[in-house]
Amino acid sequence: MSGAMALQWAGLAALGLLLIAMFVTVIRLVRGPNLGDRILALDMISLLAAAFIAGIAVVTGFSLYIDIAIALALVSFLSTVALARYLLARASRRSRTEEAP
Amino acid sequence: MAEFAQYLAAFLVLVGAGFSLIAAIGVLRLPDLYTRLHAASKAGVIGAGLVFLAVAVVSLDGAVVLRSLLGIVFLLLSTPVSAHLLARAAFRSGEEPTKATTVDDLK
Repeated sequence: MSGAMALQWAGLAALGLLLIAMFVTVIRLVRGPNLGDRILALDMISLLAAAFIAGIAVVTGFSLYIDIAIALALVSFLSTVALARYLLARASRRSRTEEAP
Repeated sequence: MAEFAQYLAAFLVLVGAGFSLIAAIGVLRLPDLYTRLHAASKAGVIGAGLVFLAVAVVSLDGAVVLRSLLGIVFLLLSTPVSAHLLARAAFRSGEEPTKATTVDDLK
């Protein structure tokens, strides 16, 4: 088997594995008992999507896709920080209303 | 040389996808949020980073290698920060650790 063919098959298998991983994480997103679990699952899904786009760059040979993967990783970091800040703000607001009366 | 780089990239992309799958299974099966954060932030970032490294190996182009290494460094910097923020927010909002936790120094 030549190197290019091995790379093709390995890339396709890796894309399949990443797709299965995404489905498994979606189960946690649906089931997750609290908001924190759902934020974690969303973060994981966007990380897997960035890895998937990098895998497409490996399979097709268009290395331009790596820029898209980096941009997606940046945006997913920002969204996770924003959602965690929201969780923190909600927790502090709830504790203040419990103390106030 | 290019042949060897292709075999190496095939190995890296498979190992990276395997790590991502293990991280996803950990996110599904571990008992509470704090243990799930371990799977998502450590194994997940290694999986995505290895796939990025495979792009760097297969391209053999200076600009692409630099960009994907930059992507890996960014992932290694950003993921612990977001995991720590999320754990802190969950602890402040009263998320209970699993029963198997024996030491909780923050209580």
